[in-house]
Amino acid sequence: MSGWWILVTIKVLIIAAGVMTAAAYLVLLERKLAAWIQDRVGPNRVGIPLTRIRLFGLGQPLADGLKFIFKEEFTPAHVDRWLYWAAPVIILTVSLAAFAVIPFGSVLPSSVGVEGERPIELVLAPGVDVGLIFVFAMGSIAVYGVILGGWASNNKYSFLGALRSSAQLIAYELPLGLGILGVVAATGSLDLRAIIAAQAETGCWFLFSQPLGFVVLVIASFAEAARLPFDLPECEQELVGGYHTEYAGMKLLLFLVSEFLHMITGAFLIVILFLGGWHFWGLTGVGEEVGWFRAIVRVLVLLGKVFAVILFFQVVRWSWPRFRFDQLMAFCWRVLLPLGMINLLAVAVLWECFISQAIWPGGLLAVSVAGWLVFGLSWYGLGCLRPTIADNRPALSLMPDDIDWQV
Amino acid sequence: MREDDPDIRWIESPELTLSEQLYLPLFVQGLTTTVRHWKKTWSEGPVTVSYPDEEPTLGNPLNYRGVHRLNRDEQGRVQCVACFLCATACPAHCIDIVAAESPWEDRDKYPQSFTIDELRCIFCGMCEEACPVDAIELTSLYNLTGRSREEMIFDKEKLLSVYDMTCESEPMRSRTQEEAR
Repeated sequence: MSGWWILVTIKVLIIAAGVMTAAAYLVLLERKLAAWIQDRVGPNRVGIPLTRIRLFGLGQPLADGLKFIFKEEFTPAHVDRWLYWAAPVIILTVSLAAFAVIPFGSVLPSSVGVEGERPIELVLAPGVDVGLIFVFAMGSIAVYGVILGGWASNNKYSFLGALRSSAQLIAYELPLGLGILGVVAATGSLDLRAIIAAQAETGCWFLFSQPLGFVVLVIASFAEAARLPFDLPECEQELVGGYHTEYAGMKLLLFLVSEFLHMITGAFLIVILFLGGWHFWGLTGVGEEVGWFRAIVRVLVLLGKVFAVILFFQVVRWSWPRFRFDQLMAFCWRVLLPLGMINLLAVAVLWECFISQAIWPGGLLAVSVAGWLVFGLSWYGLGCLRPTIADNRPALSLMPDDIDWQV
Repeated sequence: MREDDPDIRWIESPELTLSEQLYLPLFVQGLTTTVRHWKKTWSEGPVTVSYPDEEPTLGNPLNYRGVHRLNRDEQGRVQCVACFLCATACPAHCIDIVAAESPWEDRDKYPQSFTIDELRCIFCGMCEEACPVDAIELTSLYNLTGRSREEMIFDKEKLLSVYDMTCESEPMRSRTQEEAR
């Protein structure tokens, strides 16, 4: 029993420390990437502290962290004290808690651990059958942090920013769910490890067989992480600071770190659900029997894929213009929701046919081809319908007899 | 107002083409631009000049309007004849001249004191254009610093010393033009 406790403690320490350090260094990566895209250099002066060694700016996150820690802990007089204090704590706790069910690899070799029991899994909480719902639940509680932060600030503009931000987050939870429902229906399980195992067994990632679901999930992840092009709640040009205008110092750091943690969680979900998790053809093997080499390769493959997805998230930030708020909501309700439902319908029909072998004796290839056909046709059809263009100007007549009674 | 009034111009917002409405081709176009800039920075280096490790290259040092200097003639005397043209032309009124009778025979006047307040100066170059004897010139020294306001008021000796510092690297403009002719 105590061995179990030691194992859990080690996992908690590794995950918490690793994820927070990763968030800090991803901030540095984002700044450097932004600089390279803008023909600049990026942070390159802060290296080893108390020396002049520059080290390509790798000490920058340390300097930023120290700066936030040393800042004055100031609570404005006009705020709601308890909620002001609680909002960043809620959002950070929940963002970190979502990492409890995310696998960082598959298993350690059977030689480590107790003889006769299952090999040690590289998940903090191995037996959770509803891992996916847990992640979504944590994401929904994060909206509380946003709303409370805006409300407690006692500032009209913060509150408006919080309302817009929470509306965006809640609205985009629907396409997020619809995007994964296809995967869940195909796998029959909500457990993240089982989803990876299903992709590993067939060798066909869900990216290839359900591209519409992939696109819907990626776009909804951008919106859930409040990244560009769904950046409106937090961009400085639009709303000063949005819901974190009145925050400074450590509490602001918690808000910013939790935003990055949302991005990392979104990237993990995309990789696990659609990009095959730790699986790579020829390198990682399929089953649960692994040696040390395979175990480490699986971890590295998973982290490499997540890193690539995060790079994509960050490059996109400097590639596309921002959505206006009404365009954002129109995009969710009028484009992503119908696409998500079409995806669900298509997956249900196609996978039923595949599983029951009634119409297509051909295999996963037919399902994939049909999936891409559905993607192309529905995207093209929606493009022709032009649902996001809304001209809601009232149709007034300019004839002299009509002018007076219209207004 | 009738709708078919010839004086009214009806403007509608431009229609989105199909590729624009589909979003995805434009996504790819945006990403292409971004990645192209990224690759260019990795291969050719950034546009940034890491001052003070690297000095920027001036486009044309002869045209650059930096710190002023008072030129000397062939005999080493100050070339200025205290005609007050530069002080009159200066838009910021930063040149202060006190004229005196010159100790040399071929000149009437010479400047007993000639001060330029470099902090008031707007570095427009009007004094250089106005001078009839090419006595005052703007050099290409750009990184002028000082630790007090008094230090930045350059008197005649300081301005002549700037000349002594730069006469080798930047010959006088008038002489350069004469030699060019």
